[in-house]
Amino acid sequence: MKTRGRIRSMFEKGGSLERLWPLLDAAETFLFRLPARTSGGAHIRDAYDLKRMMMIVVLALFPCMAFGTYNVGYQFYASAGIAAGHLDCLIKGLWVVVPLYAVTFAVGGFWEAFFALVRGEEINEGFFVTGTLIPLVMPPTIPLWQLALAVSFGVVLGKELFGGTGMNVFNPALVSRAFLFFAYPKSISGAGVWVLKGDRMVDAVSGATPLHLGIEPVGDIVPYLSSNGFDFWRMFSGLEPGSIGETSVIAILMGAALLLVTRVASWRIMLSVFAGGAAMALLCNAFAPSPASMLALPAHYHFVMGGFAFGAVFMATDPVSAAGTNAGKFIYGFLIGVLAVLVRTLNPAYPEGMMLAILFMNLFSPLIDYMVVRLNMRRRRLRAAG
Amino acid sequence: MTVDKKIFLTPISENNPITTQVLGICSALAVTSQLKPSIVMGLAVIAVVGFSNLITSLIRGFIPQKVRIIVEMTVVASLVIMVDQILKAYAFQMSKQLSVFVGLIITNCIVLGRIEAFSMGNPPVPSLLDGLGNGLGYAIILFIVGFFRELLGFGKILGYQVLPESLYAAGYENNGLMVLAPGAFIILALIVWLQRTISGYREE
Repeated sequence: MKTRGRIRSMFEKGGSLERLWPLLDAAETFLFRLPARTSGGAHIRDAYDLKRMMMIVVLALFPCMAFGTYNVGYQFYASAGIAAGHLDCLIKGLWVVVPLYAVTFAVGGFWEAFFALVRGEEINEGFFVTGTLIPLVMPPTIPLWQLALAVSFGVVLGKELFGGTGMNVFNPALVSRAFLFFAYPKSISGAGVWVLKGDRMVDAVSGATPLHLGIEPVGDIVPYLSSNGFDFWRMFSGLEPGSIGETSVIAILMGAALLLVTRVASWRIMLSVFAGGAAMALLCNAFAPSPASMLALPAHYHFVMGGFAFGAVFMATDPVSAAGTNAGKFIYGFLIGVLAVLVRTLNPAYPEGMMLAILFMNLFSPLIDYMVVRLNMRRRRLRAAG
Repeated sequence: MTVDKKIFLTPISENNPITTQVLGICSALAVTSQLKPSIVMGLAVIAVVGFSNLITSLIRGFIPQKVRIIVEMTVVASLVIMVDQILKAYAFQMSKQLSVFVGLIITNCIVLGRIEAFSMGNPPVPSLLDGLGNGLGYAIILFIVGFFRELLGFGKILGYQVLPESLYAAGYENNGLMVLAPGAFIILALIVWLQRTISGYREE
């Protein structure tokens, strides 16, 4: 105890290691009870805090992580025409996913610690969810150095620039992905990056995602997709090429259930993203020139293709960058769904619109909240006057 | 003479027109995808700001207060047309590459801003120094942005390949974001961040 006090005093104000206080603080809260006590009455209902909330999100992501790892291996062996067991698929997937996570957490952790030291703040667990999300929205073939740059960009310019955890305007994981999307488009778009390729490839396998095929369908869109192996239930189950964590709707729904039961994520946002997507898809269907067009794709297909479900459950619901008012959450989510389907169907240069839709609505969420609050004030003023 | 030195030096550093006053951003985004047009644009703006400050300061006693903006704009427009013609005559390719942005120097807030804020109320020599200082402050930021955008976006400096082939063979790729206008925004923001961290300057 005496030693601990002596060490502590070295790091406190005026001590020789004052600048390294955040490092001691992080280690101390991890190992010991804190000597600081609240003197007044604190209003704590239960042990619910940032750390627990983030752990639940990470737990909710676990099914996506596990299935994604398996699917990376499965797609690899399928493209090479090798019949492989489940274990082989999983092991192959681990060889890809583990390095992605190692790089993400090493780089992200470095920046978190760096800014905490420079600013003299505590190191917080803010990067934990972001770091878990980032590899799940990457293609399995992403070069590690590009991933490292993207993580740096997401953490430094997406979050620390605005003042750190809780202050960011945009979802940092999506900022990372958007950085790659514009800086190194070859690594994260097109038909060639979604399947890990070995030395030998079966000719018939293109590796294109269903969304990519949807740009120029040959014949009616639904039969065309299913003739390429992408029928509804296969895309629902997730054995398809795509970003690592986004493919399986089953795994995403498992995560969504946990998030909703624990009330960590907002059901209003999730529901309204799907509602918005369905509304826009129906509108597109009504104006589709022929069944052989992306516009004719039914709404439930939009939900199982690409990152729609993953974005709706894990990205749009980020409480920091989403709208905060209840009415605002409905508007925010609905417009994400609308924009995502709009980009998908009308802009062939961007087969997937979910990332851009969420980032765009992140930008507008303060405005939505402002409008909701102002309208509410006006309503109450009118009521008081009348 | 110590006063004159300060007039020339502060706009280059702590009172920089781009990073502190956030003026002239449009052209800083538009022409800086490579270093060479950034340098030419920087020189053009130095010339225009410097001479427009000098000329308006010389005639400031004769300009009626009510029509001063028209007179100032006439001076600036004449200078911009001269710069444009000189570029067309001696550096036609560069002039084509900069396209409308040389002509648009006339709308650059720095030019009219310095005339209104400084040269209309100060003698010619300090006015010239103030103009040159502000032009140089603008140009330096353009050089830095242009340097990094060309290096990261194309792997080149002034058109010469500087990143070795072996780097590309090892898997390196040029950064496409730097070629787009948002790349300039990001570099500019990082410069502003760095400068304000060092100087401790805060927006009021």
